[in-house]
Amino acid sequence: MNQTINNKTGKTTEEKSNTENSNGQDVPHKDIVIALAGNANVGKSVVFNELTGSNQIIGNWPGKTVERAEGKLHFEGQDIDVIDLPGIYSFSTYSMEEIVSREYIAFKKPDVVINVVDASVLERNLFFTIQLKEMNVPMVVCVNQIDLAKQKGIIIDTEKLEAALGVPVVATVAIRGEGLHELMEVATQVAYNKKKNRKTTLEYGAEVENRIKTLNNLIESKNLDLGYPSRWVAIKLLENDIEIRKLVESKSRDVVNAAFNLASEIEDIHKEPSFAVIASERYFIANQFAHGAQLQSDIKITFSERLDRLVTHRVLGYFVSALVVGGLLLWTFIVGDFFSNLLTSAFGFFHPVDPKISGSLVTILYNGAFGGIVAGVTLVLPFVIPFYLMLSLIENSGILTRVAFMMDSAMHKIGLHGKALIPMILGYGCNVPAIESTRILETRRERLLAAFAITFAPCAARTIVILGLVAVFVSVWWALALYVIDIAVMFMLGRIALKVVPGETSGLIMEMHTFKVPSLSVAAKQTWSRTKSLIYVVFPIYIIGSALIQGLYAIGLLTPVANFLAPITVVWLGLPVIAGVVLIFGAVRKEFTLLMLVALFGTNLAAILTPIQFIILALVSMLFIPCLATLTILLREFGWKATVSIALANIITALFVGGIAYRIIDLFKLY
Amino acid sequence: MSNNEKLSANIEEYLEAIYKISQNEKIVKTSRISKDLGITPASVSEMLKKLDKMDYVNYSQYKGVKLTGNGLIVAKKITRKHRLLERFLRDILKLKDHILHDQACEMEHSLSDDAERALCQVLEHPDKCPGDRVIPACDLKFTTCEECMSRKEEEVNEVGKRNENLIPIMELEDKQKGKVSFIRGDYKVIRRLLDMGITIGASISVIKIAPLSGPVEVAIRGSKLAIGRDIACNVFVELIE
Repeated sequence: MNQTINNKTGKTTEEKSNTENSNGQDVPHKDIVIALAGNANVGKSVVFNELTGSNQIIGNWPGKTVERAEGKLHFEGQDIDVIDLPGIYSFSTYSMEEIVSREYIAFKKPDVVINVVDASVLERNLFFTIQLKEMNVPMVVCVNQIDLAKQKGIIIDTEKLEAALGVPVVATVAIRGEGLHELMEVATQVAYNKKKNRKTTLEYGAEVENRIKTLNNLIESKNLDLGYPSRWVAIKLLENDIEIRKLVESKSRDVVNAAFNLASEIEDIHKEPSFAVIASERYFIANQFAHGAQLQSDIKITFSERLDRLVTHRVLGYFVSALVVGGLLLWTFIVGDFFSNLLTSAFGFFHPVDPKISGSLVTILYNGAFGGIVAGVTLVLPFVIPFYLMLSLIENSGILTRVAFMMDSAMHKIGLHGKALIPMILGYGCNVPAIESTRILETRRERLLAAFAITFAPCAARTIVILGLVAVFVSVWWALALYVIDIAVMFMLGRIALKVVPGETSGLIMEMHTFKVPSLSVAAKQTWSRTKSLIYVVFPIYIIGSALIQGLYAIGLLTPVANFLAPITVVWLGLPVIAGVVLIFGAVRKEFTLLMLVALFGTNLAAILTPIQFIILALVSMLFIPCLATLTILLREFGWKATVSIALANIITALFVGGIAYRIIDLFKLY
Repeated sequence: MSNNEKLSANIEEYLEAIYKISQNEKIVKTSRISKDLGITPASVSEMLKKLDKMDYVNYSQYKGVKLTGNGLIVAKKITRKHRLLERFLRDILKLKDHILHDQACEMEHSLSDDAERALCQVLEHPDKCPGDRVIPACDLKFTTCEECMSRKEEEVNEVGKRNENLIPIMELEDKQKGKVSFIRGDYKVIRRLLDMGITIGASISVIKIAPLSGPVEVAIRGSKLAIGRDIACNVFVELIE
């Protein structure tokens, strides 16, 4: 399969260079912008990856935590920008993804929108296509995954669909690169107005249509300059879209009043709210188009459906879910650990990476900065890359939705639904990508709740501390006990957070996509772009933070801090004064707690600390603050307020649990 | 209370009990009813025969009892009133949990339909009773709660009552098809469902239900959707034969 993709890309590059060389044709030299839009999981990102290759930038939409993927492509002498809009089902509700998409299409006016639709669920996809068409943008419909549809016995007549919609339709199998060349040809032609979208409007039933027209005429006569097409605004007003109503209200009250009256007329006729009437009618149009264009032969029970039955079986389903989750975890741990060790020893071979606390300031700063790089390379990357790769494969295959389906009721206990399980698992490897991947959840509240729970997940670095301090110097059983305490704390705080963070848990509504064989190359590209965006955030912080704290210690600024903290560290937690410094170091990287102690006192730590102190130090350092990289990612995803609250909650929990544990162990002479 | 009213309250109690038991058991046994209501099995049998004659239940001495279409309508109505009252007593009057049930039992028989609707509106169309059981849909011919909220009391007669039995989608059995007839909830919930193709009048069937109150997987518009139980209990359908 890889072969085909390579051939395909090879061909495109060849053609590209030909046109560049000849340069004879009247190829207009204006960069064009293509936006990809469509439902979630229809192969939109596969199309995007196939078109742009590794030439992509993954970032955020300004001010929003919605992923923005942008890439470049050179096609027949053209520079083309491709924007991958978030996968959405409608322009009506107020999810960030929907607002981002509709504002982008209305205000940035891409030269052409490629609407990727799933051939095997045409009706649902056309519901969105109709709304795009209402936005009045130049567009091409890309009917993707026609191979999967064929397996189900569905054949799509693209010409009929083209005639019905009045826009060009191209059939593709993006995962194999089939049809993408034609898609780009048609798309560029549309962008240059060589091929026009028909101006026809898709009409609703007479009762609704007449009122849309009346309102549209009124809006046009007012010259409101709203940025959106007037017919679209008219429909949105009749649908009672709050954002649009506010926008129009600021310019003309008459229009809003007229819309209100027209909407109540529709309600009187249909005995249904007008937004429900419009949604029903839009689905009716989608249904007509879909049935007109698709030939459904006998419904075949495909292999994928048999697999589906197994994966969501009432008993076996849990087994499969456990296998997927456990497998992902094990894979991440084993592969991550292997590379982590490999890289650590490779770095150690060239350069010592222990924290340096004496010598000239420059060497200390250098050592700190270098330590930061090493931390990123040896602790974050080895876990992140295998995880992202496997996650991407599981996600694209459709198994993930089944796991979410099975695990939904369990996750409800901490106010999250099935999908939140994935980020939480990732937290065991490294908190940073775990928090980033909370984006798969719908609401900010859910993302925040999941992220908060994740900050307590015993990541690889915490495991090092537990093992290095407690398993070595106390006992393996105490190390295990700390792990159990950590998970219990994570669950309990998850439940407390649920009560504290206002808002309702949004229920699960999720499309169950057909199973498919995921493409390794797409997964690899997704992994790379996700990792790249992580590197930009985490590495600078690691490097600067690590250098800064070592520097501060070297010039003697941390010792007063440690003395200042003594009432807490010594009196409340029963630790030596120097623990304050150790814990501050641990905030940069959790495993620094261990390295710092070794740097200060050598490897015979048993002479310095009592067993209880080992346990308490490990416990507190495990819980007390998310590491610097985690804080950075929290900041980027949730802003200052949330980050500070989470950090404070962590510190309070750590001190509380640490102090109580110290007293319990001491009182009952547990050790 | 006149004799007639007493009789009807008694019937309602029986139908309510049978309905509640039938949520978990297909055929309801006489002994189970007698235990639930604290009445001797002999009197229960007697009453069930009466109910059978009135076409509220199908009763056969050895197998047990099943609600008829008529019986279901009465049973759901009274169950709805009971559960709404429980919510009212807890949420608004802040009564303790252990008195909710008995108090609601007393009040349900005298609660008028207008009061039932007002209660539902005040409580913002709740979907579950304090015991976490689903409150049945109302019997007015509304398709969404939005409409009910926008109608005045005098207009409700025009709307009329529905004769069909509405069931939440997760009560659909294998191979049964339903027509979406009523969606409960606020604008946001309804909107989300509409966008995903669960529109009024659309036909829907259940593919599978995840155990442990997990989500329901449905087939709609040629695609499959997983719907969490909290939302699924707000989508009501009419059976299509």
